[in-house]
Amino acid sequence: MRSFEQFTGTSDYIADRGLLAAVNAAVVLQRPLLVKGEPGTGKTVLARAVAQALGAPLLTWHVKSTTKAVDGLYRYDVVQRLNDSRFGDRDVSDIRAYIHHGQLGQAFTASERVVLLIDEVDKADLEFPNDLLRELDEMAFHIPELDETVTAKQRPVVIITSNAEKELPDAFLRRCVFHFIAFPQPDAMERIVRVHHPDLDAVLVQAALDRFYAIRKVGGLRKPPSTSELIDWLAVLAHAGLDPEAVRKQDNFLGVLLKQEKDIDAVVGRAR
Amino acid sequence: MFARFLMALRGKGLGVGIGDWLVFLEALSKGLAASPDEIYELGRALICRSEAEYDAYDQAFAEAFDGVVLPPELAERVARWLAEHRARPDANGEARFDNLSELLAALAEIAEQQDAEHHGGSRWIGSGGTSPWGQGGRNAFGVAMGEDPQGGRTGMRAAVERKWKDYRGDRTLDVRDLAVVLRALRSLQRDGRPELDVDETIDLTCRSGGDIEIVERPERKNRLKVVLIMDAGGSMGPHANKVERLFSAAKEVKTFRSFQSYTFHNCVYNSLYTHISQLKRVSTHEVLAALTPQHRVIFVGDASMAPYELFGSYTWPGNGNTLSGEEWLRRFRERCPASVWLNPDPPKYWRHATVSAIGRIFPMYELTVDGVRDAVRKLRAPH
Repeated sequence: MRSFEQFTGTSDYIADRGLLAAVNAAVVLQRPLLVKGEPGTGKTVLARAVAQALGAPLLTWHVKSTTKAVDGLYRYDVVQRLNDSRFGDRDVSDIRAYIHHGQLGQAFTASERVVLLIDEVDKADLEFPNDLLRELDEMAFHIPELDETVTAKQRPVVIITSNAEKELPDAFLRRCVFHFIAFPQPDAMERIVRVHHPDLDAVLVQAALDRFYAIRKVGGLRKPPSTSELIDWLAVLAHAGLDPEAVRKQDNFLGVLLKQEKDIDAVVGRAR
Repeated sequence: MFARFLMALRGKGLGVGIGDWLVFLEALSKGLAASPDEIYELGRALICRSEAEYDAYDQAFAEAFDGVVLPPELAERVARWLAEHRARPDANGEARFDNLSELLAALAEIAEQQDAEHHGGSRWIGSGGTSPWGQGGRNAFGVAMGEDPQGGRTGMRAAVERKWKDYRGDRTLDVRDLAVVLRALRSLQRDGRPELDVDETIDLTCRSGGDIEIVERPERKNRLKVVLIMDAGGSMGPHANKVERLFSAAKEVKTFRSFQSYTFHNCVYNSLYTHISQLKRVSTHEVLAALTPQHRVIFVGDASMAPYELFGSYTWPGNGNTLSGEEWLRRFRERCPASVWLNPDPPKYWRHATVSAIGRIFPMYELTVDGVRDAVRKLRAPH
């Protein structure tokens, strides 16, 4: 028996062993876990599964291109306070009333351990991860307006996802446990597809999967089709009522899978 | 044993510092890994910082733990026994061998002696059981054989497979990877839409005795101007695909303030072309005049040509060229100190006379993801 709680996946989330090792290392060593992989490989779902397995609440911080590190810590609503002081609606002497915690702040002040998902960290500015280094290392931050330091009561389990749109700084990477989720193999993909299309004809799904992986193998594609495109494509094929033989023989609705004209040319050219 | 692993990792170029290594040892001491499989997975999670490092990690792991691949005829024979019978793993084995070569030697010996399939037990090759080989069994330093995705795949086997080699950073890669690297090129200045300047607003509001005075300032925008100048000459034919990908990647990075591209043939003379097909000419003088020291110029070419094409004035009736290619290139470098040369040929070909001459004018990098990353670092440094 091991002395720590171990994550072994949940009933609806099947994780490979490398991923389990990374999750457990992150929990035990209290380091953030950075999960990277193509869209549709289940990065975001992982955090939900970990939270469920640990019986901890999940907080999600969706990162956008305009997100600043301080947004996750706290927000000082200075404009509201200025406005209140102008019109005298509220007592403005208490700054605390105008300080709102962000997701990281909430995770630190929560009375129980939480799982914090920082989703799509690569969407933000290049400097964003660096701005969070100290907070994630020490699990504490300072609010100058109150001259107070917020320290985590329980170190949260931090899971960070990245679609690899931007490179992350070295200093940040050094502090994380890293896991890369590879693109699913055909059998795993079939299970994923089944979640979205439980009623589709098995022969059609097989034909579509074969064609899908053959297209992904075509060299030099600018944007190889990913899981979400496959799921859309299957929906279109089923809606059009195509039989599996037609899917095998001829490429239908390629535009759903490939979004660049050159890619379509490359695939069509290969078929001829 | 682990010190050897550290040396192997560093030998493969992974930047494992003492701090990283201590974290790995701490994780081991906390009981996070009990078998070679788990050591393999744990080490990979803690040591690698990107999937581009997985392959080097695999190689180092295989090297440190004596990676040897099973001889093919032996593997085939074993696979046949295994195919006859598939049992569930049911026992834990003990480690009797410290390294794989010792184990493989013993395995070869036993395979010689064994003439039939055998399952369970602790000595023969077969499924289940605690013998260090076979399928589905668990022994600390065992060899997994046959195809059984559910179990029996040791870290060693996974390491020897090298399934991550397509993710390496030193391969020349696709548009997306290049775009990711190029996106680091930027210089931010306040030059965008207006946004609220909170500090100034408060300050001014206080000064005006509480009457709210809103102060705005422009948001920060990337001001970087990038010029890509590519060789479309004959010797570049085999590299056309790579160059085109770099071009697409640079176009994809929409945050540059401006992006221009030109092509040339062999070397830069008094005219450049605005399109790959070399239809529309522009005067190099005009291009140069429009450049500022703030422009980042990226040349792409194999830089190998006949010496007279670089050092001679390369004049023919009607082209009006009077300067050597070398002189033209030097003018670009003088005009824009932040410029680099990307070479699709690997560095072993760079000893050629014209390549080294151009390498003296521009810092030269290989046209791979890693090379472009180094070039971007150079371009970002203050000039």
